[in-house]
Amino acid sequence: MSDASFDSARPAAALQPGEAGFGDFFALLKPRVMTLVVFTALVGLLAAPSPVHPVVALAAILFIAVGGGAAGALNMWWEADIDALMKRTSKRPIPSGRVTRDEAFGFGMALAAISVVMLWLATNALAAAILAFTIFFYVVIYTMGLKRWTPQNIVIGGAAGAFPPMIGWAAATGSISLESVLMFALIFLWTPPHFWALALFMRGDYDQAGVPMLTVTHGRRSTRRHVLAYTVVLAAMALGAAFTGIGGPIYLSVALVFNALFLRDAVAIWRREETVAEADGYRVEKRAFRLSLWYLFAHFSAILAEATLDGFGLGGWG
Amino acid sequence: MSFRENHELHTRRFGRNLGLGLVLAALVALVFGLTVVKVTTDDFRMLVDEEETQ
Repeated sequence: MSDASFDSARPAAALQPGEAGFGDFFALLKPRVMTLVVFTALVGLLAAPSPVHPVVALAAILFIAVGGGAAGALNMWWEADIDALMKRTSKRPIPSGRVTRDEAFGFGMALAAISVVMLWLATNALAAAILAFTIFFYVVIYTMGLKRWTPQNIVIGGAAGAFPPMIGWAAATGSISLESVLMFALIFLWTPPHFWALALFMRGDYDQAGVPMLTVTHGRRSTRRHVLAYTVVLAAMALGAAFTGIGGPIYLSVALVFNALFLRDAVAIWRREETVAEADGYRVEKRAFRLSLWYLFAHFSAILAEATLDGFGLGGWG
Repeated sequence: MSFRENHELHTRRFGRNLGLGLVLAALVALVFGLTVVKVTTDDFRMLVDEEETQ
């Protein structure tokens, strides 16, 4: 290698393959999304009625997280073109030139295979199969297939993010049950109002990239109606879950408070005129978005609390 | 003889190699731990017992 290649002043885009740092590859795993995956999968695993050895639990959560990260890397591999067009994503490892697309593809595929096989060995075939399907669903069905074609992309993408607690539950029990489906439904129904609230006050980026967002294809009035409709269904489901195996008095209390607040914000979003929202800097939409983050955390924490107390004979409805 | 200071590229490569090394070491430790847990759990013991009785 000549000294010329050691010129540190050159732009990042001129980097050669194989020169990315450890942090660049870690960024491909979408660590912020991974925190949600880890937390919800952990709750799914701990809420399950079958106890799991701590080492097996650690391995299961780790490989679920790696599988989620692999899906993130493959998503970045496919979406490098639109990531480069959007301000929010233009600094990601591929559009900024720190990692090549081929490297990201190889990295993502290798991690996907490792995570599925290792989860199988550590737990069972069902958990590994759901993880494999989740990666396939997120990368092929959502990222490659539907994201650029339908304004319901958020709903479909939400399904991929909803699988981790189901995988955690399957890792512990080797089965799918009503409780794990309810945890799936909680995230699945929460995702659309969460992202559409964001889409209402974050304008521009997706238009530029040509991704069909509901706010653009069906208008902002329609998006506001969608936020309310999904929140109503979400609230009914979240409250109903209180009377199943994952629920109990703590969960019901948390669900009553957070669903009342979320419904209040959803109704406010639905009733607001665009001019009023624009005038006050989308105050209500931003409040609903912030609340939605706490909403999911609170519900899964309550499920975890019920499961923990159950160990002392105190959780659930007795 | 003077040693030249490490270039940023070398520092980055070292960081990546160190990170990868630590990840692999952690994976080995995890697989070892998993193996120990698997061979000491009741299911595995029952399987071994069954084979021995046959």
